[in-house]
Amino acid sequence: MTAPPGFIRKYIFSLDHKVIGVQYFFLALAAALIGMLMSLLIRLRLAWPQKRWPWLELIFPQGFRDGLMQPEFYLAMVTMHGTLMIFMVLTVAPQSAFGNYFLPIQLGTREMAFPVINLSSFWMTFLSLGVLIAALFVEGGAPIGGWTFYPPLSAVPSAGPGQGPGADLWLVSIGIFCFASFLGSINMIVTTLRRRTKGMSLLRMPLTCWGWFTTAMIALLSFPILFAAALMLLADRHLGTSFFNPGGLSFSGRPIAGDGGSPLLWQHLFWFFGHPEVYLAILPGMGVVSHILANFARKPVFGYRAMVLAMLAIGVFGFLIWGHHMFISGMNPRIAIAFSMLTLVIGVPSAIKTFNWLGTLWGASLHLTTPMLFAIGFISLFISGGLTGLVLGQTALDMVFHDTYFVTGHFHLIMGVAAVFGIFAATYYWFPKMFARMMNEQLGKLHFWLTFIGVYTIFVPFHVLGIAGHPRRYADTLKYEYLRSLDSLHVLITIAAFVTVAAQLIFLINFFRSLFADQRAADNPWDGTTLEWFTATPPVRDNFSGKMPVVYREPYEYSVPGAARDFLMQTEP
Amino acid sequence: MRPADFANRHNPPATILNPMSRLLAIAIWLIAIATIVLMAWFRRLPEAISEHSGRIDHQFKITMAVIGVGFFVAQVALGYIVWRYRAREVESARYSRGDLRVELALMMVTAIIFIILAITGQRVWAQLNLNQSPPNAVQIEVTAQQFAWTFRYPGTDGKFGRTDPRLYNDADNSIGARPGPLGIEPSDPAGKDDLVTGSLVLPVDRPIDLTLRAKDVTHDFFVPALRLKHDAVPGMKIHVHFKALKEGRYEIACAELCGQLHHQMRAMLEVKSQIDYDKWLNEQIGKVNNRR
Amino acid sequence: MFSKRVVVLCGLILMVAIGVGCGNKEGASVPAGPLWKPSGNEGNITGVIAFSGSAPAPGKIEMGDDPACQKLGDATLDDVIVHDGKLQNVFIFVKSGLPKAVFPAPATESVLDQKGCKYVPRVLGIQTGQPLKVVNSDATDHNIHPVPKENNEWNQSQMSGQGPIIRKFTKEEVMVPVKCNKHPWMLAWVGVLSHPFYAVSGADGSFTIKGLPPGEYELEAWHEKYGSQTLKVTVKEKADAKADFTFDGATTSVYFFPEKGAQGK
Repeated sequence: MTAPPGFIRKYIFSLDHKVIGVQYFFLALAAALIGMLMSLLIRLRLAWPQKRWPWLELIFPQGFRDGLMQPEFYLAMVTMHGTLMIFMVLTVAPQSAFGNYFLPIQLGTREMAFPVINLSSFWMTFLSLGVLIAALFVEGGAPIGGWTFYPPLSAVPSAGPGQGPGADLWLVSIGIFCFASFLGSINMIVTTLRRRTKGMSLLRMPLTCWGWFTTAMIALLSFPILFAAALMLLADRHLGTSFFNPGGLSFSGRPIAGDGGSPLLWQHLFWFFGHPEVYLAILPGMGVVSHILANFARKPVFGYRAMVLAMLAIGVFGFLIWGHHMFISGMNPRIAIAFSMLTLVIGVPSAIKTFNWLGTLWGASLHLTTPMLFAIGFISLFISGGLTGLVLGQTALDMVFHDTYFVTGHFHLIMGVAAVFGIFAATYYWFPKMFARMMNEQLGKLHFWLTFIGVYTIFVPFHVLGIAGHPRRYADTLKYEYLRSLDSLHVLITIAAFVTVAAQLIFLINFFRSLFADQRAADNPWDGTTLEWFTATPPVRDNFSGKMPVVYREPYEYSVPGAARDFLMQTEP
Repeated sequence: MRPADFANRHNPPATILNPMSRLLAIAIWLIAIATIVLMAWFRRLPEAISEHSGRIDHQFKITMAVIGVGFFVAQVALGYIVWRYRAREVESARYSRGDLRVELALMMVTAIIFIILAITGQRVWAQLNLNQSPPNAVQIEVTAQQFAWTFRYPGTDGKFGRTDPRLYNDADNSIGARPGPLGIEPSDPAGKDDLVTGSLVLPVDRPIDLTLRAKDVTHDFFVPALRLKHDAVPGMKIHVHFKALKEGRYEIACAELCGQLHHQMRAMLEVKSQIDYDKWLNEQIGKVNNRR
Repeated sequence: MFSKRVVVLCGLILMVAIGVGCGNKEGASVPAGPLWKPSGNEGNITGVIAFSGSAPAPGKIEMGDDPACQKLGDATLDDVIVHDGKLQNVFIFVKSGLPKAVFPAPATESVLDQKGCKYVPRVLGIQTGQPLKVVNSDATDHNIHPVPKENNEWNQSQMSGQGPIIRKFTKEEVMVPVKCNKHPWMLAWVGVLSHPFYAVSGADGSFTIKGLPPGEYELEAWHEKYGSQTLKVTVKEKADAKADFTFDGATTSVYFFPEKGAQGK
């Protein structure tokens, strides 16, 4: 018998997919907290652009000279907020955290296909986060080009503050992140295709597994493109290449050498990654929501096969519509029409999923626990955010709303809220299995209510701003007469943002208190049917104590007529 | 079949003591109503003065009506479901794996609506972008830089002089200065009568063709009142055309993040009557010629 | 053991990242020699910068859209200022002939103001290591952007009501153009020297450079439009040496910045 692993091998450099999943979770949590604080700084300047903040100057002396927030600091916050949230939270938490923890268990296997690669992926992601945060502290500060990082602004180090070493660190960080995610996706795909237990056919997998699988396919094909683009941009910056430099550039009268490239090339490469990326952010959440709805509606998912097909369709079509970010970029307007038609077509599988969620709830016996509340909130928010996509997907309308708050409102509702609700739902739902304790229901419900009302109060007014023609990434609107009437709306949004972020403290208190609560949770507190509720709590190292489960049933056999209980686990013959 | 022990273990029975489902349903309905009211009441589209803006605003209103109905129906349905199907002691959930016919029907309806929206939306776009501007359009060049706009009129010869990025001289932007901020080659005769200004002045009711250029990074020429927006990309000369139908002063904003003062890159658009425009243009070109 | 390899690999990547981030492009220009001590027998150079030919008619800058600029008055272009045949804003400095010594940078700042959406003064001198104090006296935001060839480039916005920006130049450079990205017509020229022997000609074209030890010097006079001229001057003990320059208005110059090289570096 081998010696038990020491602390380092058990908790720091562990090969256990469950430990790695928890590590990813805490990484995403830390990034989310930093990202949220940055969003508050952004909102402060928008509500009160000329107010002095002497105590903030103590923390950020370069960013707040004489207490006034510099516009370059504002843009650095915008850039870092977007980067942290999209990469370190929305790509990590739903997929790398919960996926790593629960995919093997739900498939009935003892470990991921490549545990060593899994370990490397996590620590590379950790390094990537460190390098990204370091950008805040170098000369010039963090970059100011937005998470989209368009050249030539990002290709010429003298184009602005933060575009020097800060931009280099950003690119290195993203490069490492791409590589780590790519490796992680290989793990998930191979595990899903090769390591399912006996009886677990593909169409008996829970929808969470389909979500992780589709997401992993997207990551496999999209992250390498961003990696290549980041390398090309680093080469333009330091090796004298001109991938993105068309020649004839002149900054404050100083010519910049280079010729033959195109700024549009970056946009094509970036958005070829960037559009599938947003489906990467939402698909695991969709899987989790379907899973949780079935559990607390005590009903199977309505149209399981349609849900699988819809996810796969979203995954495939997601690669065909990147040009809708570029309708007015200088791209050929005929291609824009093609991208626009395809963009509106992708609304169909998303609509099917929404109908099927409503269908799952129809005729149900709804138990509104905290995870269920967040799952239902997800549906409401997905409807709201998804529908505005129909405006932006039309070429002529996008011409009016591109780069306005209409876009910012759209993607925040979908990513910044719906996807995050998916993460919250998953956390509340699987906390008992991961940490052997129940989270407090009262605090959970309070967290839900404040957040649900709060995010609507913040982001619906964004659409009003956008319709009025308010451009995005503006540090203030003091120079524009046509935007003066919107000042009070900015104040309202900022106050709502502060309240909503404060409400997240309730979640944090609940989370950390519950970690150390006395009473242990049962193995299957929610009476769920899938394999994670078949294991011990928390699961042992090989998940099933040597007795690998055999699967006889579909994943969502709730309220089966004639059954003794209102649920039948997948392992029941 | 009796509902599971689960209900009794984790939720108190669904009586008036457990109002969560009612609260959630009401909250969803209120959110739906508040959103519709906010969007309808505070619809603050800017004043529209171009020839194509009517068609764009019309398409926008139709789209908003469609998604408004979809939004309202979906949220109300969600709220109703939450209200109606809360767990009850006697009733258990209906075991159903789905209904293919309902699925297909909903899918067809949705697809048809989306495709109609997609097709109708392309008309205005095609008219604006797939056609050349008429040959008598007023030609003006728009150049963006960190963080200002410069406009160039070709003068009486109707030709723009050659520019050279190595000759950019922002320091002297006075009328008729050569090379000036656009780097107009002093040796090129076509550039001798070019007028370079900081405001865009246009005649009303005439087709206008703007050539968008940029000196350093990608900017975006955005005039809310014209319902016009397009990127100005270094290394490219991008044409946009429109017709302004109403005189007045309107604001031009930059709509592509271009650096730390991206939010202070404003220029003014002035639409004048043909007579006033001609008078202004002749006056300005006179000053340019006097400089020579 | 793989974990050691992983740790080493991560450490290498981290070090590269830190190296990139903390790479310091500032090279100090440290002139060699003992600390400069005046010995009491120094002389001065005085002179007048004349302008021959007809001065170009000064154009009016288009101050565009910013109401704070339009209100504040004088939009006359002041690249060439001629009064009574005398040229203002010529930068005169000792190019060679100084003893090998280190001239300590004064602690007092050289001040560059932004007033009426112009840089005031248009031409100024500063020593390496001496603080440059940039002040915003306007009711609008500015974006100070020096575009040097040798020194580090920086680019910082200064909002109305924010206090002065203090920066230093580390290398000799004649002249560093200073632009404003918000108001592209704004221009100032900073002459960075390792010694204090420079002057800017006044409205009457005159200048004085004090405190030079006796010897032979090469003097250079620079004007932003009319280029540079040099003159050999001999300074005698406790005497004033005369050095007059004449710039000819007929010399045409095409104005452009020197190219710095690949990608702005």
